[in-house]
Amino acid sequence: GKNEYDLLVIGGGSGGLACAKEAAQFGRKVAVLDYVEPSPQGTTWGIGGTCVNVGCIPKKLMHQAALLGSALKDAQHYGWNISQPVHHTWSVMAQAVQNYVKSLNWGHRVQLQDKKVKYLNMKGSFSDPHTVRGLTKAGKETVVTADNIVIATGGRPKYPTHIAGAREHGITSDDLFWLKESPGKTLPSFILDVSLECAGFLTGIGLDTAVMMRSIPLRGFDQASHISGNKQICFTTQQQMASLVTKHMESYGTKFLKRCFPTKVEKLKSNKLQVTWKNADLDTEETDSFDTVMWAVGRAPDTKTLNLETVGVKTNSETGKIIVDASEATSVPHIYAIGDVTEGRPELTPTAIAAGKLLAQRLFGQSSELMDYDNVPTTVFTPLEYGCVGLSEEAAVQCHGSDNIEVYHAYYKPLEFTVAERDATQCYIKMVCLREREQRILGLHFIGPNAGEVIQGFALGIKCGATYPQMMKTVGIHPTCAEEVTKLHITKRSGLDATVTGC
Amino acid sequence: QAHKEEDNPEKTMEVNGLPSVPDSYDYDLIVIGGGSGGLAAAKEAAKYEKKVMVLDFVTPTPQGSSWGLGGTCVNVGCIPKKLMHQAALLGQALQDSRKFGWQFTEEVKHNWMTMTESVQNYIGSLNWGYRVALRDKKVTYENAYGEFVGPHTIKATNKKGVEKLYTAERFIIATGERPRYLGVPGDKEHCISSDDLFSLPYCPGKTLVVGASYVALECAGFLAGLGLDVTVMVRSILLRGFDQDMANRIGEYMNEHGVNFIREFVPIKVEQVEEGTPGKLKVTAKSTTGNQIIEGEYNTVLLAIGRDPCTRKIGLDRVGVNINEKTGKIPVNDEEQTNVPYIYAIGDILQDKLELTPVAIQAGRLLVQRLYAGATTKCDYVNVPTTVFTPLEYGACGYSEETAVEKFGEENIEVYHSHFWPLEWTVPSRDNNKCYAKIICNIQDNERVIGFHVLGPNAGEVTQGFAAAIKCGLTKEQLDGTVGIHPVCAEV
Repeated sequence: GKNEYDLLVIGGGSGGLACAKEAAQFGRKVAVLDYVEPSPQGTTWGIGGTCVNVGCIPKKLMHQAALLGSALKDAQHYGWNISQPVHHTWSVMAQAVQNYVKSLNWGHRVQLQDKKVKYLNMKGSFSDPHTVRGLTKAGKETVVTADNIVIATGGRPKYPTHIAGAREHGITSDDLFWLKESPGKTLPSFILDVSLECAGFLTGIGLDTAVMMRSIPLRGFDQASHISGNKQICFTTQQQMASLVTKHMESYGTKFLKRCFPTKVEKLKSNKLQVTWKNADLDTEETDSFDTVMWAVGRAPDTKTLNLETVGVKTNSETGKIIVDASEATSVPHIYAIGDVTEGRPELTPTAIAAGKLLAQRLFGQSSELMDYDNVPTTVFTPLEYGCVGLSEEAAVQCHGSDNIEVYHAYYKPLEFTVAERDATQCYIKMVCLREREQRILGLHFIGPNAGEVIQGFALGIKCGATYPQMMKTVGIHPTCAEEVTKLHITKRSGLDATVTGC
Repeated sequence: QAHKEEDNPEKTMEVNGLPSVPDSYDYDLIVIGGGSGGLAAAKEAAKYEKKVMVLDFVTPTPQGSSWGLGGTCVNVGCIPKKLMHQAALLGQALQDSRKFGWQFTEEVKHNWMTMTESVQNYIGSLNWGYRVALRDKKVTYENAYGEFVGPHTIKATNKKGVEKLYTAERFIIATGERPRYLGVPGDKEHCISSDDLFSLPYCPGKTLVVGASYVALECAGFLAGLGLDVTVMVRSILLRGFDQDMANRIGEYMNEHGVNFIREFVPIKVEQVEEGTPGKLKVTAKSTTGNQIIEGEYNTVLLAIGRDPCTRKIGLDRVGVNINEKTGKIPVNDEEQTNVPYIYAIGDILQDKLELTPVAIQAGRLLVQRLYAGATTKCDYVNVPTTVFTPLEYGACGYSEETAVEKFGEENIEVYHSHFWPLEWTVPSRDNNKCYAKIICNIQDNERVIGFHVLGPNAGEVTQGFAAAIKCGLTKEQLDGTVGIHPVCAEV
């Protein structure tokens, strides 16, 4: 018989909602299934997916709270009389953030309603290529059939499996943003951009925070680095940028426990958590007690309960992610996948949204435009932010050879740091270009305040094939940090001092 | 028309009465004006082992303010302006921070002296830095007022009145501008300008800002942000020359945030009611549309009605350099050459060019590279981005909507626009429909982006990259094909 819907989207996150709403614009009958399996600690949330509920949004708001803490210190230098000491209350911040997130959940529901997209708060699993079984929290079942199905179930944080007590006593980013009470003395473990960002804002609001890392920081970016066909999606961040970011955090009070491997987590009578770990450098075993232990050891695609094997949707055996082609099609006709759940794609909201919209346009709008995953800009919202687009220096060297690339760089000082007497040692810009005549820009990296705002426009330039000479022809806006990009002229090759002096 | 020196060897010989030989001059290059453009040019020339001199002199303001080496930008422009703007933004941040969980005393006051001292200390370090840089690069610097007295010859007069003569093969005039006064009774005696504001040794108190330039709005903006009672008196429109839709939004925002506006009035008299630091001034103003007269009392009156080039008293007539008699600006060709072949000009004094530090610096450097390093690149004055640092910042690059319509016709342009709400403003519930962005595309040229405008926090940081993209010929399609960074304002 006929399928009930033109499109069924499993997963109401950034990608899923964008796809559903776009399809509805074409007058199609669309349904969205969204369900949040509570975390081991019991945390759950509304529609909108990771970004809205436990990702970008609450993260940036808490990052902002931490930045405002710095602003309070700066303000005194600028003449504002603030009596010391200044306190931060977690619950005030958390409630404000959670209220805003809830307003977004509400907004999404209203939008779906306005666009006549059917929303089902159910957990979906495949019965056959056009049929999905939806289960509510109470166990009630609904069967949904559709011509086309898009899987956009995203991912969830992993727990380390071999550390005793990790799951029972530790939390993840899924829980952090919904804590009603302060996490106190916190240990976010291992290193990923997530843990650096969280450690950053936790320190910024005055909490005693330590980061335990196995090896190098920002390794997580590597997970998306991949060579697929002719396109190279390189998200490797380099040692240099990562170390500048972490040095800054260290100077502001975040402790880094490098080359340490946690072995167990126990709950003490005082309700604090005792963590035992191996220090590889000293070859010793150490312990310390914390109020909170947060794991940020990676995210796993949310595919286990979808029943993909039944319908034959192929996944990557190592990562568990769904394999798709350039048009987001899976191995099964009429079943597609977008967002964090797909193999070889950047785990970013804007790419999921763009891919979702383009997919809907191809399915229902007679478009043939594919998603371009090249040169996607991104930003890590650590206390000193790091924004980048294009290739890292390492990747460029790997692709072209060090003789064929030129790296321009500069250490600069944001004007606002001067009066505030803030340390700008780690404020740094690096532009990686091809050395040949045209000098096309392969990658741009910026560490400093408002990194995201700075990089966005340059990402556009790179999309237009910007070259170093074109960048130099662009007049700077004064006084900003971004103008330093248009003034880069010292190369790494020259070995000269790259500190920017004066106006 | 400007022509190369080599074409007229007779003229040079005639001047000196001697065969023209480069080292018969004291210097290869004398730069008159040690500001953004002048210093950039001088330092660049020194790179090519040229003998360079920089003359810099600041005529004190009617109120007696003066400053060191570096020009307007460093001393009484971009730098102190942005720092005071930052102070005001921090005031707002204080309010926001309470919503983000920070707790501190209810009443927070601002201390003008603390801020001004910090700002002046930083400026002092820049002045010092420039002197050291010039010395290191072996550029001769004289704190003296330069004026032409004859071909290839200038007279430098220092603070004490001692005069010296110097000759050079080439000259670059980079004397910049100074604020204009109203020309009404009491203006010079009682009013201050931006030249005085940034080093004012007392809090300005209740202030009347006269003018609607970006200088007026930026100053009014940060003064209000610091907690002062501010009124802006506008003769006609805001931000003449800028996109008027954006200008009006800026004005509206400022109005909603406590800045008073008196529209369509001009002051006709300023009298002192009380002496003091600050004292009390009575301002009488007349309507531009009728006969209405109003009066008001203020502690400070800040004039920001425009700037005039410093070209009238530097002896240009003695060497035959043409200036626009009405405006005082110097017309140059596309190589910054005046009508006198060995005299060049850069920066704010140029006719029909943008009054911006980076433009002056770029022009100065490229000019020197063409003169001494065999380069041919000319300064690109097209699509120069700029930012107005009003409380709600405004960044722009390319055409305003009006100019685009005028040049291309309304049917040939497409304007894409959007309001946006910075994530950081959600929690403190600030202004949810004020930030705004628009791009203007030329339909006939592949929907090429010819104008970019954004109103929101960090507008300068946002705009810079877009300016680079526009320089690369950005089209709407490429814009659509670029993924946004989330969550930031620029992704709009």
